[in-house]
Amino acid sequence: MSVKTYDAGVKEYRDMYWTPDYVPLDTDLLACFKCTGQPGVPREEVAAAVAAESSTGTWSTVWSELLTDMEYYKGRAYRIEDVPGDNESFYAFIAYPIDLFEEGSVVNVLTSLVGNVFGFKALRHLRLEDIRFPIAYIKTCGGPPAGIQLERDRLNKYGRPMLGATIKPKLGLSAKNYGRAVYECLRGGLDMTKDDENVNSQPFMRWRDRFDFVGEAIQKAQQETGERKGHYLNVTASTPEEMYKRAEYAKEVGSPIIMHDFLTGGFTANTGLANWCRENGMLLHIHRAMHAVIDRHPKHGIHFRVLAKCLRLSGGDHLHTGTVVGKLEGDRNSTLGFVDQLRESFVPEDRSRGVFFDQDWGSMPGVMAVASGGIHVWHMPALVTIFGDDSMLQFGGGTQGHPWGNAAGAAANRVALEASIKARNEGREIEKEARDILAEAAKHSPELAIAMETWKEIKFEFDTVDKLDVQ
Amino acid sequence: MPFQSTMGDYKTKRTLETFGFLPPMTQEEIYDQIAYLLAQGWTPAIEHCDPADAIMTYWTMWKLPFFGQQNLEEVVTELEACHRAYPDHHVRLTGYDNYTQSQGTCFVVFEGRG
Repeated sequence: MSVKTYDAGVKEYRDMYWTPDYVPLDTDLLACFKCTGQPGVPREEVAAAVAAESSTGTWSTVWSELLTDMEYYKGRAYRIEDVPGDNESFYAFIAYPIDLFEEGSVVNVLTSLVGNVFGFKALRHLRLEDIRFPIAYIKTCGGPPAGIQLERDRLNKYGRPMLGATIKPKLGLSAKNYGRAVYECLRGGLDMTKDDENVNSQPFMRWRDRFDFVGEAIQKAQQETGERKGHYLNVTASTPEEMYKRAEYAKEVGSPIIMHDFLTGGFTANTGLANWCRENGMLLHIHRAMHAVIDRHPKHGIHFRVLAKCLRLSGGDHLHTGTVVGKLEGDRNSTLGFVDQLRESFVPEDRSRGVFFDQDWGSMPGVMAVASGGIHVWHMPALVTIFGDDSMLQFGGGTQGHPWGNAAGAAANRVALEASIKARNEGREIEKEARDILAEAAKHSPELAIAMETWKEIKFEFDTVDKLDVQ
Repeated sequence: MPFQSTMGDYKTKRTLETFGFLPPMTQEEIYDQIAYLLAQGWTPAIEHCDPADAIMTYWTMWKLPFFGQQNLEEVVTELEACHRAYPDHHVRLTGYDNYTQSQGTCFVVFEGRG
């Protein structure tokens, strides 16, 4: 029985969308936004406006609202919190009913949550800090094509992080010379190498030629070392059709893994490619070009933990997470917070790591964390401590910049990694004892000794721009 | 030509995955790794293989995995028994992790002569 009547005009958002007594349902999708309103606009009105504009609301009442049950479909701002150490901004917590979103579509979720609302005039800044995906929604998403466990079993890598490198120079090599660089890295002891994200199919090296030579490099390195090898062939392309064509050929040349840039390529392309990988027994490495445009400003955009969660749902077996210690931005606790979201089956709320909600991932496979960018042998003990075994450590310059070349550089990194793992398992504090552990290992490895000499002075110590909100 | 004369030639090695790039471990060092495996709550298991087939996924199991085994000495005894029975084979130790349904670690303890 309908009791409402149509009352045309403009109402305050908070009349309908600010519901502080609401207790979120297990099936609700929850979001935490950091809001910075225009001066004079009350917090409740800002929070309610965000809830409305990211769900069912529009600026004016419309008669057709009365044809449906808006109480069921609307998003609700249910809590407001202070941001520690910040008088200007606040956190708004919003609950969305699960039926607002198409099953298995992070595209649809993001179009709602970070759509028009980010340009809303009553806001100066808006940042999506975290999303709690209900397990009911997670069960509708495909997720990683293989996951950590299956990747380890396919590649026979246990008890340690995997080692990789991005082939350099990243642009300009011919296909044959590029394959040479791959072969040298793999024969020296790396598990995998990687196309740089910029490498697609340029005039200096067309994709098919690259795939041919790299395929031969992988096979030869496997035969000679007796270990399983791979190279992430980047299939990111201008159209989905071209992307799938390249993926098929990567499988044909015998690579176990391909690569995609999920933000520049887009979530639709990414989800489709993840499904293709699952059907074709291929691993999927995910690069994150453009992420810093979206996630670096502390008051506006989307935090990377949200992008990481969305990627796990969309599908990928590896995701770049920053290194904490290398040349690119990344706070340690914040990084650990989203690394957990990639790999664990349950992550509890932990504000000290920027985790705003309990997140149950159910049976969804895990994603390997990839640390890449400006790292070298001296960082190895710290990287092992920070990232643990379920990670891919990538040393581009730190392999190919070795005075004796790629193979020696690869061996230096492999020795440093295994020495760090061995020492960790022996119960040593490897970050503190890094110098001793590496020096002992270098006695048996002239390649490592030279690498340690080459990079002994390189540090990247700048302050982090996007810090966690803790006092 | 000082630059050339100091540069080493890197010879490709046949290696057996984890710890393949370290010098052979002493008995004490192997004990430390077994102790770590047991402390993680993993189940020790032993496999062996003709070196020519080492790249294959499945090696032959030496008995069943040692479920519930907490005693380091008994794991060592089994490793040595496997090595005596198959002196020409590689012998590796695995730590089965039933939570991840994966192997927490896996490394070769005795290298076969092949």
